[in-house]
Amino acid sequence: MRNLVPVLTILAALLALWYAAAVALNAQWAQDQATRAGTTLTLPALVADTWSQDKPKLPAPHQVALEIWNTTGAMVLEGRGFSKRSLFYHSWITFSATALGFVLGTALGIALAIGIVYNRTIDMSVMPWVIASQTIPILAIAPMIIVVLNAVGISGLLPKAMISMYLSFFPVVVGMVKGLRSPAPMQLDQMRTWSASAAQTFWRLRLPSSMPYLFTSLKVGMAASLVGAIVGELPTGAVAGLGARLLAGSYYGQTIQIWSALIMAATLAAVLVGLIGLVQRITLKRMGMA
Amino acid sequence: MSSNTVISAQNLSLTFQTGDGPVHALKDVSLEVEKGDFVSFIGPSGCGKTTFLRCMADLEHPTGGTLTVNGTSAEEARKSRAYGYVFQAAGLYPWRTIGGNIRLPLEIMGYARDDQEARVKRVLDLVDLAGFERKYPWQLSGGMQQRASIARALAFDADILLMDEPFGALDEIVRDHLNEQLLQLWDRTNKTICFVTHSIPEAVYLSTKIVVMSPRPGRITDVIESTLPKHRPLDIRETPEFLEIAHRVREGLRAGHGDAV
Repeated sequence: MRNLVPVLTILAALLALWYAAAVALNAQWAQDQATRAGTTLTLPALVADTWSQDKPKLPAPHQVALEIWNTTGAMVLEGRGFSKRSLFYHSWITFSATALGFVLGTALGIALAIGIVYNRTIDMSVMPWVIASQTIPILAIAPMIIVVLNAVGISGLLPKAMISMYLSFFPVVVGMVKGLRSPAPMQLDQMRTWSASAAQTFWRLRLPSSMPYLFTSLKVGMAASLVGAIVGELPTGAVAGLGARLLAGSYYGQTIQIWSALIMAATLAAVLVGLIGLVQRITLKRMGMA
Repeated sequence: MSSNTVISAQNLSLTFQTGDGPVHALKDVSLEVEKGDFVSFIGPSGCGKTTFLRCMADLEHPTGGTLTVNGTSAEEARKSRAYGYVFQAAGLYPWRTIGGNIRLPLEIMGYARDDQEARVKRVLDLVDLAGFERKYPWQLSGGMQQRASIARALAFDADILLMDEPFGALDEIVRDHLNEQLLQLWDRTNKTICFVTHSIPEAVYLSTKIVVMSPRPGRITDVIESTLPKHRPLDIRETPEFLEIAHRVREGLRAGHGDAV
């Protein structure tokens, strides 16, 4: 609880900054409206207007909070918590693609890392491609993945998950290569003195040693997966998902909707990364590596 | 080579090729280790004592000469799990209990489950760690961790114990205590022990045979058979006999090193 005061102070400062920015950015439109109506605005009226516009350049925090409430909690209270207007529904759509992409990406990343650590040819031939894959902007490749997969009859969840996988396997490969190589030469020599097989060395030494690296990679990978899923939703024509909400919001100038979707995405990311952090703490503590 | 010879090296050489030219880690090293011997290897750093031990363990490959362990090649000896190796660091796995760490080589070697349990109990008794089976490494002091690592090397049926400066990182008091325990353990188990150290008192106190080595190229300069009795209380280190052997070791080190040691 000692941390509470500084945390709240920072939060208050951010909110104050946000409100101030809302005034600065939205004032022009309020002034224009007033001029057109032939009136002049007093300062309090101007401020009140900048914080309550329908399509502000920057919505005020309470407007976003109200929009989030209206599309989450309020709908749950009405018993429509999972209707197509609910952010819970859109979050679930995005989450399912994120989770599938994350699982696929983690599996691919670990498999590649094992290949790279155990096989010099794979190390030399695959690693450059792994790095090259991440230099291509995801926004450029995402529509192509969607189009190509759609052409072969795959649509819906999987194409989005593929984009998530594309982004999330990379940190897992890099982390796990480092992790699987983390045992000291002495520990590997020791396995040799016991004449241990490669599989025994892997399961009993290399894999447990790599756990701290794996969890760090998983956190980065999870955040990347979410970005991938949202990007994957953009070119699909904005049907459902947080990405679709962002796109629809920008089509119709619904800045409040954009911001509420953004904050929902950030919350989702925080929860998912936090969950991994929790599993990490428990696992590493039990392994005596924390 | 008598029938009691456990380790036999004839003109053993090991040359590393480096960017600065060849490094002669070992050159023409010949030595016989008899069953039940306690052999210490002593010398300044770079004399090849650890390299020699690693050759016996098949962790390094000699470039010349012959080396047999239990009458077979070092590689076959390693594959038949003929020796236990104790490194300078205990190297216990933090995610395994002390018992779990000792069980590790037994699992790898495929011992039956109840046999594993019995062996863990027995070696923990041997190193005076009974009751610590369920503790984790971080709950033990450095000396206790090193004892657990010795227990791990004793858990399977290897007649040879190769120890590479196992007490090098421990303080003097703990070291004395562990030396005393190691002698008792050697007495009870009748193992053949090869022990690398850079401490003269440690070498003289423990050994039946002291191998003095010198660097550039790594070679044996003297082999001293100890005249000390098998039973050695710690205060044997103040007897004239002990000091005489220690003096000979020091002379050997000085001769091999040119001058200052």
